[in-house]
Amino acid sequence: MEVAEKNKVSTNKPFESQEYFVNMGPQHPSTHGVLRLVLTIDGETVRHIQPHIGYIHRSIEKMCEKDSYRQIVHLTDRMDYLSCHINNAAVCLAVENALGIEVSDRVKVIRTIIDELTRLASHQLWWGVMGMDLGAITTFLYGFRDREMITDIFEETCGARLTMNYNLPGGLAQDIHPNFQKRTKEFIEHFKKKLPEYDELLTGNVIFQERTKGIGVLSREDAIAYGVTGPSGRASGFSCDIRKKAPYHAYDKVEFKEIIMTEGDAFARYKARILEMWESISIIEQLIDNIPEGEIQAKTNAVIKLPKGEFYQRVETARGEFGVYIISDGKKNPYRLKFRSPGFSNLFVLNTIASGGKIADLVASMSTLDLVMPDIDR
Amino acid sequence: MDKAALIDFISPLAKGIEFDEEQQFLTVVIPRTELHRVAKELKENSETAFDYLFCLTGVDWPTHLEVVYHLESTKHGHIVVLKARTEDRENPVLDTVCDIWPTAEFHEREAYDLFGIKFNNHPDLRRLLLTEDWEGYPLRKDYVDEINIVEL
Repeated sequence: MEVAEKNKVSTNKPFESQEYFVNMGPQHPSTHGVLRLVLTIDGETVRHIQPHIGYIHRSIEKMCEKDSYRQIVHLTDRMDYLSCHINNAAVCLAVENALGIEVSDRVKVIRTIIDELTRLASHQLWWGVMGMDLGAITTFLYGFRDREMITDIFEETCGARLTMNYNLPGGLAQDIHPNFQKRTKEFIEHFKKKLPEYDELLTGNVIFQERTKGIGVLSREDAIAYGVTGPSGRASGFSCDIRKKAPYHAYDKVEFKEIIMTEGDAFARYKARILEMWESISIIEQLIDNIPEGEIQAKTNAVIKLPKGEFYQRVETARGEFGVYIISDGKKNPYRLKFRSPGFSNLFVLNTIASGGKIADLVASMSTLDLVMPDIDR
Repeated sequence: MDKAALIDFISPLAKGIEFDEEQQFLTVVIPRTELHRVAKELKENSETAFDYLFCLTGVDWPTHLEVVYHLESTKHGHIVVLKARTEDRENPVLDTVCDIWPTAEFHEREAYDLFGIKFNNHPDLRRLLLTEDWEGYPLRKDYVDEINIVEL
């Protein structure tokens, strides 16, 4: 009797929909690392997204409190490994500004070129994997083919291919390789022909456009409120390029456009990065034949001690605004050091832009935010 | 607004505000009871319009904990650094600002996770980077962890 009663209840609404929780990650291919999203879903519709982070938290900030300023530089490229030179330079600039060291024009120009090559390599990798997230396998091969040339240039000059350390407080670790200018120019010539191929392959693709246009729309107000920076913020009309706002290196001597879009959807974020690659090419072209002669390392003490006080340095990485906040008590290591990572703020806007959409669209939103997990977990 | 104009604007907002002009950005120490009101005013007044919170972090001092807010106005381009101090290190409590700047919700969770600073009225104050059952607050100066921290 009881069983029959139960059956009666359960057969009343056999296909009743209900909200339930699904884990996306930490081992999901589109999360690019160990990000776990707890999705509240109703059928195919995402109602709420709760990111869980910290799987590769190494407490780099705590480690920095024990390290000298030269050692700290080597920890920063383990955060956003695709913007390693830019992260390194941020710490170097903070230390140089605190000590009042003026680096030579040669260092400034080389740093600018290296930073832009880093940005290009990062965007190439992003373009490859984001295409793959949306089902375009070929983009992955194209992106990595072109990135390989930049990695080769870095290998010659910096001695490494991924976690590179080339910037030091006061200048550079060593001078550029004799082949640096030649190979960079070769790469630029090569890539200027290949970048239009990216557009032919993916940008104009109808399926790709259908999957990104109008998806994951982020308004300018939300971009500012959630601190979404970099190409993701600029695609929503938030003018946040630190290279323009607070120029460092030689960015005040070169001409480039800040790419600002107004749509704020996944396609605008995609387009912003493609256009940004053209700007990076233009910056490198302006500088590569005009590297001035000069010292590559300014005079610094064997033990660097910062004066008492607080120092903040902002730079523009491939993902957005990166900040180094140093509180010094006059010793050889910082009292407190905070890294403001762009990915951290960018990740937490995901619920705002992707809830209400389909699960497949969440992948498009996430890919175009360009998340790098070590940058978020630190 | 430049530093002097900002000081003129901020100093009447509450009693006991301290300024530090020596630093790179204008630094303002706000009494913790007035923090939320002053922060709201700084964001909503069109003359200051500090709408972009680009960094929020905790600091452990011997007598108290401190939260540092880096603010920028996307309209005017000026920057100010707010600081609020807790009463002591044993029971550090401050008001949340995540209703003013939504990004603060996650930065405050990080500060709670790593410093143990509690934020009043925070909608979801849980550990963020560490596991729920983690003991202690790693970024405090007196934190001891013989397993995970290797001393050389």
